[in-house]
Amino acid sequence: MSQDNNKDKKGISRRDLLAGLASLPVLGALGYGLYLHSEERKKYSSNILQGINPSIPKGLPPLITGQAIRIGIVGTGGRGMYILKALGFVHPERIDEWNERAEKDKFWKDYIKEFHEQENLNVKVTAICDVFDKFAQRGIETGMNDFRNGAEGKMGDAPKRFQTYQQLCASPDIDAVIIATPDHLHVPVAIEAAKHGKHVYCEKPLSWTVEETFEIRKVVKDTGIVFQLGHQGRQTESYQVARSLIDQNVIGKVSLIEVCTNRNDPNGAWVYDIDPDANENSIDWKQFIGPAPWHDFSAERFFRWRCWWDYSTGLSGDLFTHEFDALNQILDLGIPHSAMASGGIYFYKDGRTVPDVLNMAFEYPKRDLTLLYSATLSSEKNRGKTIMAHDAWLELDETLTVYLDRSSTRYKEQIEKGLLEPGKPIYSYVPGQDKVDAITTPTEKYFAGRGLLYTYRDGKAVDTTHLHLREWLNCIRLNNGTQPSCDIDQSFEEAITAHMGTISYHEGRRTYWDEVNEEIT
Amino acid sequence: MEFSRTKLSALVLLRFVIGWHFFYEGMVKILNPSWSAKTYLLDSGGFFKGVFEWMARNDSVMTVVDTMNAWGLALIGFSLLIGLFTRAGAISGMVLLLFYYLSHPPFPGIEYLFPSDGSYFIINKTLVELFALYVIYAFPTAHIIGMERFWATENKMKA
Repeated sequence: MSQDNNKDKKGISRRDLLAGLASLPVLGALGYGLYLHSEERKKYSSNILQGINPSIPKGLPPLITGQAIRIGIVGTGGRGMYILKALGFVHPERIDEWNERAEKDKFWKDYIKEFHEQENLNVKVTAICDVFDKFAQRGIETGMNDFRNGAEGKMGDAPKRFQTYQQLCASPDIDAVIIATPDHLHVPVAIEAAKHGKHVYCEKPLSWTVEETFEIRKVVKDTGIVFQLGHQGRQTESYQVARSLIDQNVIGKVSLIEVCTNRNDPNGAWVYDIDPDANENSIDWKQFIGPAPWHDFSAERFFRWRCWWDYSTGLSGDLFTHEFDALNQILDLGIPHSAMASGGIYFYKDGRTVPDVLNMAFEYPKRDLTLLYSATLSSEKNRGKTIMAHDAWLELDETLTVYLDRSSTRYKEQIEKGLLEPGKPIYSYVPGQDKVDAITTPTEKYFAGRGLLYTYRDGKAVDTTHLHLREWLNCIRLNNGTQPSCDIDQSFEEAITAHMGTISYHEGRRTYWDEVNEEIT
Repeated sequence: MEFSRTKLSALVLLRFVIGWHFFYEGMVKILNPSWSAKTYLLDSGGFFKGVFEWMARNDSVMTVVDTMNAWGLALIGFSLLIGLFTRAGAISGMVLLLFYYLSHPPFPGIEYLFPSDGSYFIINKTLVELFALYVIYAFPTAHIIGMERFWATENKMKA
């Protein structure tokens, strides 16, 4: 016994203890390192996030149930087909194509999976109108694909083709009209639909001329239809976060906003393919011309209509409006006091009349700020949207990043104490995350400055056009006067602002908005 | 296994520095509740890109991945530092590093959003650390310098 006890005592010698616990000092050092790290973090987040509660989009309101809404769609070209997809309708042959690609390519496998997972909005496509026979036929075949099947699968009832939009709007078999025509036909179709009591989802921009902007506003208000303009950016989560940060004065006084368009490929410059089946027999040219000045049949003008003022609103109406609508929802900008535009046709000398480079400055003296738009169709340098303010600047895309200004007054003390680093991102928001982060680790800083391209809700990629249509359909089903986010008043501001820029470009002078008399001077 | 003083100190030092690295990386992640490997995994490349992206897009999977990663790092680091279960720690560390390596293999033609801190062709520092852990596994030292010594001593006494 006693011998054993002795052995035990000797079992762990002083030497063993030293060797066994040799790492204790190392652990101590590491513990100290971790303490320093967490103190730094605490200081950082308490300095930035104190008193600021960015509102984070909290998922979607439920889809309101009810009878299927019967949709008539005017214009089943590129955008029309895209909207149909966002509603849940894709041409069966296209589905077969996707399935074929999905066998070899994971991208397409995910793509088709996401399409099948897209929420069923409970709509029926009952009417189609397109002036090009081939597009109309394609629209019919797409509209009857109620079950998202391939060519061999079960189909629903075929939507009826109407030869004119007037006939379509008069049909008792539709509740709502989607307008995806060229710009010059937006208002004529929208007015016709509203007068027949049909709800309207109209692609942007609202209008082609100033006069019709007033007309459509009046008709929509008089008839009380549910109206949504197709700025799907209304559904972008980061814009909602930006609004809440600016409301809480995180970036200080805004003086300049810069928004841009940068594209550099023929498709982006509206040089679309010309369908070989397009001719005077397959296209109802007279109906296409509509309110536009007469021009003899031209397949080029038909497919590349965005290149001519005769049917288009150019960069200002087509692309600036997306940027404007984004800023209008964040800052409630409204119609500017004045606009000044310049630019020219500098790269695409293909006979087009709309400029391919355009710069516009909009003044908001009551808000003490300028909105600057700069666009080129021949360089892809991405400049994003930047809201510049005294304390910080905010860069916006799908993601949002706030950068601290060196000379900020609000953060002066923190900068002097070395708690905040000027020029570096201090906030970031990535869609799909449930919070706005104060940025600390190098990885966070790096990604914050880049921005990931994934838009997720509940871990799933969601198409903003789908969400925008969903909001419109929900308002229709509510049937209590609720209007969607991009309603007729917002649309009116969008259109007038774009027209002010366009008129300034045409006339080479500054244009003004007379708020009292509601006219552009 | 008998080691000369030089060999022993070289091996113990290697074990300490890797342990330090793992432990600190793990603890920093544990201390930051909003930390997630999501963005890193979304930036994956190579043969297993799809698998890692699937993880990143799946919130419930990410919760498990993040927890296991952070605690895995901290515990492996702790085991290497204090010298307890170091062979299991080394093997687990190699597995973890293999995942990092496979999500961002430095193969020609694969570009990542997150820039690399050097120039690599197939072999990068992750792989070097992985093989350093193989050395730790092959030449255990915890029974000499580390807590495994207490058991080693006890066993020796019983024998």
